Amino acid sequence: MTSQKNPFRTFLTDWGPFIIWGVILLLAPMVLSEFRLNLLGKFLTFAIVAIGLDLIWGYGGMLSLGQGLFFGMGAYFFAMYLKLESGGGRLPDFMVWSGMKELPSIWQPFASPVFAIMMVLIGPMVIAAILGFFVFRSRIQGVYFSIITQALTLIVSISLIGQQPYTGGTNGITNLSTIFGHSLADPQTQVALYLSTVIILGIIYILARLLTRSRFGRLLVATRDDEARVRFLGYSPVTIKTTTFAISAVCAGIGGALFVPQVGIISPAALDVVPSIMMVIWVAVGGRATLVGAVVGALLVNAGQSAVSEQFPNIWQYFLGALFIGAVLLFPQGVVGSYRMAFARWRARGHSADAPEVEESPVAGSGRLAQEVVE
Amino acid sequence: MVGWLAQLFNGISLGSILLMISLGLAFSFGLMKVINMAHGEFIMVGAYVTYVFQNTFADMLGGVDLGIWFILSLFAAFIITGILGVILEVGLIRFLYGRPLDTLLATFGVALVLQQAARSIFGAPNVQVVSPSWLSGGVNIGIMVLPYKRLFIIALVIVLVALIYVYLNRTAAGRRLRAVMQNREMAAALGVRSRQVDALTFGVGAGLAGVAGCVLTLIGPIGPTLGTNYIVDAFMVVVLGGTGSLLGTILAAMMIGIFSSVIEFSTTATIAKALVFVMIVAFLQWRPTGLVTQRAR
Repeated sequence: MTSQKNPFRTFLTDWGPFIIWGVILLLAPMVLSEFRLNLLGKFLTFAIVAIGLDLIWGYGGMLSLGQGLFFGMGAYFFAMYLKLESGGGRLPDFMVWSGMKELPSIWQPFASPVFAIMMVLIGPMVIAAILGFFVFRSRIQGVYFSIITQALTLIVSISLIGQQPYTGGTNGITNLSTIFGHSLADPQTQVALYLSTVIILGIIYILARLLTRSRFGRLLVATRDDEARVRFLGYSPVTIKTTTFAISAVCAGIGGALFVPQVGIISPAALDVVPSIMMVIWVAVGGRATLVGAVVGALLVNAGQSAVSEQFPNIWQYFLGALFIGAVLLFPQGVVGSYRMAFARWRARGHSADAPEVEESPVAGSGRLAQEVVE
Repeated sequence: MVGWLAQLFNGISLGSILLMISLGLAFSFGLMKVINMAHGEFIMVGAYVTYVFQNTFADMLGGVDLGIWFILSLFAAFIITGILGVILEVGLIRFLYGRPLDTLLATFGVALVLQQAARSIFGAPNVQVVSPSWLSGGVNIGIMVLPYKRLFIIALVIVLVALIYVYLNRTAAGRRLRAVMQNREMAAALGVRSRQVDALTFGVGAGLAGVAGCVLTLIGPIGPTLGTNYIVDAFMVVVLGGTGSLLGTILAAMMIGIFSSVIEFSTTATIAKALVFVMIVAFLQWRPTGLVTQRAR
């Protein structure tokens, strides 16, 4: 459809909303209070996680319940650096309390921010690649993948609690006060962190969008819909799935690393069973296999959570439960998917002469959602 | 030697608890392919049924120590959570067959609602159920003491497995159940009401979770989030055992139980958990469908 039209116009309809929302988010610090901005920044780190999860679940059909693990890895690795920097060369407080005399060797390299950032990226990628390779190689699919990723996350969470002298135990890593020499309490630092989050989210969104439109993206969707056929055509589903899993893990890790300085604490609770499933509901509410949906869902659910639970903490969980059921039963397309369907129908009715191609997502509206059958 | 025997007993005991919490899941997940995340909450409901029984009926039935209320609560937990399961199947699960990942999300929503309901009714802090006096203490076999509670759990799980076996293989309802799970269309064509069988099967699975909850009150305090502690373990048991097979579930629970306590003996609990997980993933490399595979259709 693009060849006949003005390329600039195509670009505008394609990326216009992205640019507009990007500008709005970049200007938000001028309007929002410090508290709200911090909250929004936190939600945007979740949106980064959601994009990764959408790639693997929405496009790849693999429901990972282990994104909390990768989020936690990113958060912990970055928190280790922040902790060492905040301490100014002294031993972290929880190590003193547990009677440690000197910094353990696994902590030492984290004094370097470059090393910490490298680990944030490489750590989740390697773990996901190893787990993914073995799981996908033996053709473990569907719910088995979900259960295995969930179990791994839980085990790491238990280990973190168990290794109190090295990890801070149940409390996690707390009292983070500085980043790159700037105080985290300083509003300017927080604005800078917020803006970095927006920019990184933008970059990841663009990359994810390019990825889903690439040959690889089409193969990924093909693998979701009919893995056997992709294999018979000579491609390797194991490679495709493992790569996607690793990419989604990196997204979660980056989200975690950006989360920590804005919230100032990371604890094993982030790696519990519930947070990982919460991440799934962000994507489900926004709309699977629509990247915008992942972002919208993460923002909507979390904004809803803070709005409702501030006033009625008891009702929120009922509401959330209803959201899970409703998202599956009534709106399997999610907010963005439903919107696109309605929009496509409206346009088809209005300009039936030159019915334009609205479809961006490979599944929205096609009826076939990211579902697979066991076995 | 004595140490190893003690570990073996601990392993069997842990295995029996794992089997207890997985039996229900072997129905809903193993047979029906429903990823029932609310399974843990059914366990929690069963535990609270026991708690309510203790508070309301214990005095009427000869006091807490005598424990008649406890025996009754086993049945009550089965019936109440069973009914809850049937309601859930009819109202929700029914619409989601063939979409396993969606059942996961929807039942997780149910789990959240049940948790919050428990919190609203009983409060967030944990509560303690006092065990009947005849379950305290243990039998001394010379080299070690076998606690009565542990023995009771092992005995109860044996009884349950026997009952399930009889139900599945020796009753008309069980035959219908197996028929529907193996070939739904054919069973329906021959006059089996497959919808009814679905609801009943899910109900039995939920009821078994309720019994497990009742038993868990013997082990420790109970709270609204009791179920989340067990749900992952239960799934691992059923996955390792191979879905659709009672024998596989039993073997898997015992294997995980014994491995865990033997490894725990020489290392720590967390390392044991991690190693068992690695072993399960490694095992699934070799046999992706689990220990015991059932060939159907």
